[in-house]
Amino acid sequence: MTIQLTHFSAAFVFALFASIVFGITHRETPRDMVRYGLQCFAMFLGGVFVAGWAMWLVRR
Amino acid sequence: MANPTTAKTKTTVAEPAQPASMMAVIAPALGWLIPGAGHIIQKRWIRGVLLLVSIGTLFVLGLLMQGHIYKANGGDILDILGFIGDLGAGGMYIVTLAMNWGQGAIAFAIADYGTKFMIVAGLLNFIAVADAYHIAIGKKP
Repeated sequence: MTIQLTHFSAAFVFALFASIVFGITHRETPRDMVRYGLQCFAMFLGGVFVAGWAMWLVRR
Repeated sequence: MANPTTAKTKTTVAEPAQPASMMAVIAPALGWLIPGAGHIIQKRWIRGVLLLVSIGTLFVLGLLMQGHIYKANGGDILDILGFIGDLGAGGMYIVTLAMNWGQGAIAFAIADYGTKFMIVAGLLNFIAVADAYHIAIGKKP
């Protein structure tokens, strides 16, 4: 069995699970864990969009 | 008159800052073998299950994307670093090697992503192991 993810869906899945682990391991209270996890997720996905547009500009 | 020998003995004895417990050894070891188990054994159920699902899914997705698993070798430095990352996945890495999965060549971009997924899953598990240890010694609630 194999799976074919698009570039974006692979980045999304990666960001989701890495953010969960970062949130749990880098903060002490549940509230801070959720906030930090969401912050990491937003930064991951934001980085994907910024890098994507940067590559689009470089390619032009 | 005070006894100088007794006074000297009292000053040299110091209490350890964080007493070592059996849990400080078992939790990281179990957490390495099964991601999240180091938290679950310390009754951090939700954290443990979330770690298990997150790290396990990343690793399995990496395999399903036909990612490559690295073995111990003394060759290229990038292979060694890949091996260290994969090794962090513990039991999943051992099972993958035993079943001879993840041995294909990286022929397309998604397979390369899969390889990175498995390495990152192992590295994230190292962080989770350190977290389980910190809980065990009382450094983290």
